Amino acid sequence: MDNLTVEAIELTRLYGGRAAVSDVSFNLAKGQVLGFLGPNGAGKSTTMKMLTGNLAPSAGSVKICGIDMMESPKEAKALIGYLPEMRPLYKEFTVDEYLTIAARLHKVSSKHIKKAVESAKERCGLSHMSKRLIENLSNGYQQRVGIAQAIIHNPMVVILDEPTVGLDPIQIRDIRALIKEIGQEHSVIVSTHILPEVEMVCDHVQIIDKGKLVFNGGIDVLKRQRIGNKLLLGFKQPPTESALLQIPGIAEVEHVDGMVRVRFTEGSNPNEAIVEASVKEGWGLYQIAPDQTSLEDVFVQLTYQEAVPVEEKAA
Amino acid sequence: MVFSIARKELKSMFASPMGWIILALLMFAFGTYYLNGVNNYFEVMSGSIRPAERYGVTQFVGQTVYGVASFIMLFAVPLLSMRLISEERRSQTMPFLFSAPLSLTEIVVGKFLGLVLFLAILVLYIAIMLSTLNIWSDIDFGYVIANSVGLLLLVASFSALGLYFSSLTSQPIVAGILSFIALFVLMILDRFFAGDPTNIMSHLSLMKHFQSFAGGLIDTADIAYFALFIITFLTLTIRRLDADRLRG
Repeated sequence: MDNLTVEAIELTRLYGGRAAVSDVSFNLAKGQVLGFLGPNGAGKSTTMKMLTGNLAPSAGSVKICGIDMMESPKEAKALIGYLPEMRPLYKEFTVDEYLTIAARLHKVSSKHIKKAVESAKERCGLSHMSKRLIENLSNGYQQRVGIAQAIIHNPMVVILDEPTVGLDPIQIRDIRALIKEIGQEHSVIVSTHILPEVEMVCDHVQIIDKGKLVFNGGIDVLKRQRIGNKLLLGFKQPPTESALLQIPGIAEVEHVDGMVRVRFTEGSNPNEAIVEASVKEGWGLYQIAPDQTSLEDVFVQLTYQEAVPVEEKAA
Repeated sequence: MVFSIARKELKSMFASPMGWIILALLMFAFGTYYLNGVNNYFEVMSGSIRPAERYGVTQFVGQTVYGVASFIMLFAVPLLSMRLISEERRSQTMPFLFSAPLSLTEIVVGKFLGLVLFLAILVLYIAIMLSTLNIWSDIDFGYVIANSVGLLLLVASFSALGLYFSSLTSQPIVAGILSFIALFVLMILDRFFAGDPTNIMSHLSLMKHFQSFAGGLIDTADIAYFALFIITFLTLTIRRLDADRLRG
C-alpha cells in the first residue's frame, strides 16, 4: 500500500454535461512507467490535468503518495513534475534562468538550486545550451527544456504529456532512455499515440477511448494482443490453401496483396514445418515474419471487445 | 513563495526592452516636469509680492511632478499590467504555475507585488529627485513622504485593477484597453459629481482619495480606501483563476 504513488479514484470530468472523462480509476506503484494511450480527444490530457491539479474533477479524487489533491494541493503538487502538451516555457529567459525559476517555484532550497539545475540540464542533454534564450532554441531542444523543468525537483511522480512529439529519432531515443531511467526510482506517466514507444519504455499500459478506460494491464498483455498468432509469408509460387492447411498448427489462410497470412493455433510453432514444406514442394518461400497488427488494429480490437457487452445491455 | 513569483515577474519585465523603455521614458517625463517646476518657481515667486501668495519650493515643484505622475501612471500601469496573466494564458504557461506547489493567492499576490515593486522604482526616483532640492533649499520632507505614499497606493490600486482585467482575457491588448477605460472612469468620477460633494459615487473616485495625500496629509480613511480597493480586485482575480480550474 505504501508503494502506491498515484491513486486515481473514479475520476470524472464533465464539460457542459458531456463527459470528457468518466469513471477512470487506476493505481500506480513506485518504479512503474505507465503508458497512456488513446486517440485524439479521448481524454488523455484531461486526465493528466486532473492528476496534476490543473483541473478540478467533477467527481472522484486523486491521491499522490497518499496525499489528497483536493484537500492539500500544495503538498501533493510538490511531489509531481508535469510537462503539459503545450510546453509552458517563458521564451524571454535563457535556459539557466528558466530552470532556476522552476527550481525556486518547486521549493528546491536555495543551496541546492544550482546543483538541481546542472543535473537536470545534464540529464536532458542541455548543458551546452545554458546561456541560450529559449526562444532561439529548436523545437526539440525546447521540448528538452520542458522535460528538464518537470524533473528538476526530483519529484516522486513525473507526468509527461506526449513528450516525444516533434523530436528527431536520436532525441526520441535519448528521451526514452531518460524516461526509463526516471522510471527506476520514481513513477512516470507518459501519454502518447505511438505504440512502439509504449512497448519500449512502459511496463504498464492504459488505453482510454471516449473518456473511458478500455484497457488497463501489463505491457506483455498488450504485446500478445499486438503480435497475435499470425505469420506473413511470401511465396514465388504460392501453394493452394489446402496444401498450407495440411501443415500441422495452421488454422486459417488468407491472401493479402500477393502475400499469404496464416493464423496458427495457440502454442504451436509451424515456422519450421512451413520452411520444410516450401523446400520440398518448391514454393519459393522468400519471406516469413510474424505479422504485427498496427496500433489501429489493436485499438479497434480493444474498443470493440469493450463495446460488445454494452450493446448486449442495450439490446 | 510570493517573492519567488514577484522575482520572476520583475525578471521578465527586465528581460525584454519593454521594462527598460517604459522606465526610461517615464523618468524622462518626470525629469522634464521637475526642471520646468524649478525654473517656473523663480518666475512665479518673483511676480508675487504679497507674502500670502508665496509658498514653499517643495510644494510648488512637488505639485507639478506628482500631478503629472498620477496622470501618466494612468497610461503606464495598464501597459504593464495587461500582460501579467493574459500573456501567460496566450502562451499557455499557466500550467507551469498551477502545477507548482503554490496556492492561487500566492500566484496572484506575487504577480501584483512584482508589478508594484517595479513601479516603486519610479516612486522612489521621484522622491530622490525632489530631495535634491534640499541641496540649496530647506525642503519639507513630510510633504514628499506623504505624496510618495499616496502615489504608491494609487499605482498599487491601478495594478490590482489591471491584474484583474488581465485575468479576464487571453488578449493583452483587450486587457490593457479595458483597464485603461475603467481606471479613467474611476479617476474622473469626482468631476461628474462635483456639484454634489456628498454623493456616494464621488467617494469611489481614486483621484478624490489621492487629493489628501497630494496636499501632504496621510489620512487613514484614504489608506483604508486604497487597501480595500486592492484587496477587492486581488480577490476577484483569485476567484477568476479558481474558476479556470473548476470549469476548465
